[in-house]
Amino acid sequence: MTVINLTVNGSEVSGEVDDRTLLVQFIRDQLRLTGTHVGCDTSQCGACVVHVDGKAMKSCTMLAVQADGSDVTTIEGLADGAELHPVQKAFRENHGLQCGFCTPGMIMAATDMINRHGKDLDEETIREELEGNICRCTGYHNIVKSIAAAAKEMG
Amino acid sequence: MYETSYHRASSVDDAQSKMKAAEDGKFLGGGMTLIPTMKQRLAAPTDIIDLAHVGDMKGIKADGSGITIGGGVTHSEVADSADVKAAIPALSYLAGLIGDPHVRNRGTIGGSVANNDPAADYPSACLGLGATIITNQRQIAADDFFVGLFETALNEDEIITAIHFPKPAKAGYAKFPNPASRYAMAGVFVAETGGDVRVAVTGAGNDGVYRESALEAALGGSLSVGAIDGISLDASNMMADMHGSSEYRANLVKVMAKRAIEAA
Repeated sequence: MTVINLTVNGSEVSGEVDDRTLLVQFIRDQLRLTGTHVGCDTSQCGACVVHVDGKAMKSCTMLAVQADGSDVTTIEGLADGAELHPVQKAFRENHGLQCGFCTPGMIMAATDMINRHGKDLDEETIREELEGNICRCTGYHNIVKSIAAAAKEMG
Repeated sequence: MYETSYHRASSVDDAQSKMKAAEDGKFLGGGMTLIPTMKQRLAAPTDIIDLAHVGDMKGIKADGSGITIGGGVTHSEVADSADVKAAIPALSYLAGLIGDPHVRNRGTIGGSVANNDPAADYPSACLGLGATIITNQRQIAADDFFVGLFETALNEDEIITAIHFPKPAKAGYAKFPNPASRYAMAGVFVAETGGDVRVAVTGAGNDGVYRESALEAALGGSLSVGAIDGISLDASNMMADMHGSSEYRANLVKVMAKRAIEAA
């Protein structure tokens, strides 16, 4: 067992974990932040995407101990109180989800994408960058629309 | 995942001494292969030694002779590096094709090259460019480094601290990804340096990454698509699986070689 200290959504947290605990297990089971999902559990689907030190990563493919000392943002950390983050708002306005299971990962991936590319995010880039996020409902069309709208809004 | 003990190395020497103290240790780069492998219980190291915080393995340096990339540099850092784009744009392009953006944010060049997956992208760039693998113990030419499937010349306690890529006159990479895994079903890296042409193939060969001598001989000293038009490659050394027969891969290698030459 190892004691880890990290910042999650702006708050200092610590916990005692078995070294083999995945970051997503620590976030969901110990911190009870269940917005981050486990879909495939094999690094393919991206439902578990969180930001570690500002970069999108798959929390099912990372140990909690690897994140010791890091700054982690989960889907719960995006909104400002009752005010949704622009990417969350865009997903709502553009009907960018159906069942919603992949949505936390989609939104964390989209936020990272917009941080890197800014407002000039074109459709081709969005589709290419969604390589690591799988949605089985929407056919991606409205997800792409949501991300493009959020990029404009945030730019 | 079976039980394991995690150790964070502060330096290359620290990593090596932690490995010596471990019963059955493994170095951890970004963990994009090792962690899934441990989750499937295909690997069960007693100890893992994390190299992600070793400062000496970070950074990309450019000089007249080429580019030196630290073993701990991530794929997205290579893909976005202005120095890599200026000196060897094909290498930056290749790094941007690995996995997906989240995997590229975490996976490292040292980890990928040390793992030597037969369908990984980086081994073809190392072999195609005639790179030098720099470890904490010695320097190894790429031609001597890749031994077979998941096998390299590395010793158990040896760490890739950096890789030096000489600057070519021209280079190109083309990959046909498996539509599900995005690993290469055939990836071809071509490079022309001082009248010498190298063609390295990943994803298709039975023994992992290799130099395609038939294409190198046909090209002679310069990259031209026309020179390989009439060549048909020997399928007996090609991999066959549910995704494609060896004949299919032999043809795919030629097609990817043409695309890589066009891109160079």
